[in-house]
Amino acid sequence: MKLRLLLWGIAVLLLVALPPVVLAIGQPFYLDLARRILILAIAAISLNLILGYGGLVSFGHAAYLGVGAYTVGIMGFYGITSGWLQWPVAIVASALVALAIGAVSIRTSGIYFIMITLAFTQMLYYLGISIAEFGGDDGMRLKSKSLFPGLIDLRDPVAFYYLTLGLMLVSVFLVHRLVNSRFGMVLRAAKSNDARTRAIGFSPYPYRLAAFVIAGAMCGLAGALYANHTNYITPGLMSWQQSGDIMFMVILGGMATTAGPVLGAFVLLLLEDLLSAWTQHWQVILGPLLILSVIFFRRGLAGIFYKADA
Amino acid sequence: MSFTLLFEQLLNGLQFGVTLFLMAAGLTLVFGIMNFINLAHGSLFMVGAYLALAAANWTGSYLLGAVLGLAGTLVVGMAVEIVALRTLYDRDHLDQVLATFGLILFFNELVAMIWGRAALFASVPPFLSGHIELFTGSSYPLYRAAIIVVGFAIALLLWWVVTRTRLGMLIRAGATNRTMVAALGVNIRLLYTVVFGFGAALAGLAGLLSGPIYNVQPGMGELILIQVFVVIVIGGIGSIRGALVGAIIVGVVDTLGRAFLKPLLGTLISPPAAESAGPALASMLIYLLMAVVLSFKPQGLFPAKG
Repeated sequence: MKLRLLLWGIAVLLLVALPPVVLAIGQPFYLDLARRILILAIAAISLNLILGYGGLVSFGHAAYLGVGAYTVGIMGFYGITSGWLQWPVAIVASALVALAIGAVSIRTSGIYFIMITLAFTQMLYYLGISIAEFGGDDGMRLKSKSLFPGLIDLRDPVAFYYLTLGLMLVSVFLVHRLVNSRFGMVLRAAKSNDARTRAIGFSPYPYRLAAFVIAGAMCGLAGALYANHTNYITPGLMSWQQSGDIMFMVILGGMATTAGPVLGAFVLLLLEDLLSAWTQHWQVILGPLLILSVIFFRRGLAGIFYKADA
Repeated sequence: MSFTLLFEQLLNGLQFGVTLFLMAAGLTLVFGIMNFINLAHGSLFMVGAYLALAAANWTGSYLLGAVLGLAGTLVVGMAVEIVALRTLYDRDHLDQVLATFGLILFFNELVAMIWGRAALFASVPPFLSGHIELFTGSSYPLYRAAIIVVGFAIALLLWWVVTRTRLGMLIRAGATNRTMVAALGVNIRLLYTVVFGFGAALAGLAGLLSGPIYNVQPGMGELILIQVFVVIVIGGIGSIRGALVGAIIVGVVDTLGRAFLKPLLGTLISPPAAESAGPALASMLIYLLMAVVLSFKPQGLFPAKG
């Protein structure tokens, strides 16, 4: 336990120290990369709540990333640029979409659940492609970043970075508290044995649905951050490759662990960055690496450091 | 909306449905027998299309190209099964999804490295170009008609293999109880490889038939793969009969939706609104259909195991 806290402390210190260091060596690009990783780490953390602790293999988590991002984009399109409005609406919209998708999907299980979540996300993806007002296939440009007057200016890359880091840490803490609460106990119990959970008087459905909605809302926040990060929103954010990427971060890092999704996001995206700098055909190397990691790293990278929480 | 147009679109739907069936049959067989979910099935579709195109250009003969393409996809499928997927049969679906996701990245990029990222043009062979007259005043492309015929012939062949041959008996036995089949002295590993190769060849066939109709390009397999998932979820995972029925339903609904939804909506709401809502709704139609089917029959229309 002490070792874990120590490792967390070192990691946070390194992340806090990153902006001055990269600016001092004149490589602001890395700040951009780190911010992108942190944003997608939030998405991975939220997926870990339902996938790792809840056992719900959602293959459509990118949907909420897209809903969050498009909410910011569409509100900006109609001239509402206040972040105080945009971000809560993005979170609520994602939560509502997750509620609708979850209400249907969680009735099914196993492979049907995987496919139905995938299909719903595909639906949203095609919706994004076919609405010409909001860019359709080409995507839409964000006219202005979300404005938080008096608090923070997102155009300042360092400030935006620290905000993202802060939100990422809050997400880690939130999920950690959640899974160790009574609610989380039921969720984990339903994952390990559905029948016994029912036998002691809990119906898993509402717990799973609540977790699904919380995860969707959290991922919606990541979507709002992502829209501000790239200034550009495309339907590709909701593509099934994106869902697969987020899923991979969780598995690679180690599911049902606190640090796993963050670790996975860093390793996967840094690897992508490294390989793509080396050759344009980086996916031909990444693909087999992913297969090998599934075959040999059964408990994920976090498994090297400590045993899984669940 | 004239009758001729409706009839033509129905045939187009049937042709698309038959293509979906060729994909779905392999996927559902592999799932039914090995309990394995193969996302890379779409990659085999793509490999089939590319190999057949390359072989046809090389030999100068469409038929020879098709045969070589089929054989090539069979070999690629078996090789993938032996090298990568064999170890994953006992794992949970999550691991299988992720490993085959890695395979997709690999195959898409490999194809882009060899043939480039741009879409290639596959031509209809001369003996299948032209139209046939169905009834007075209506003609239909011969190539699409040929796909429908081939598709139903394959469906018949599959039915015969599964219900009337020794291999089919082993396949059905393997789907019911793997351990028992292995205990009776059947080489279950070999059976798995054969079934996987078989499914790969069917996907390759679907790919090479689709070549002249859709674009031959990297990532072409994933577009159809997700529709194939809808097919097997609607039909009931593991059931070949379900795959056939589901494929025809999805093919016809999708094609008719794309053709007629916009003008149909135009009569209900204002034409400009229909202009943007029509295509959006048309591309979401099969997913809505799936959600409706699942809410009434969570195991699909033809549940495989009773």
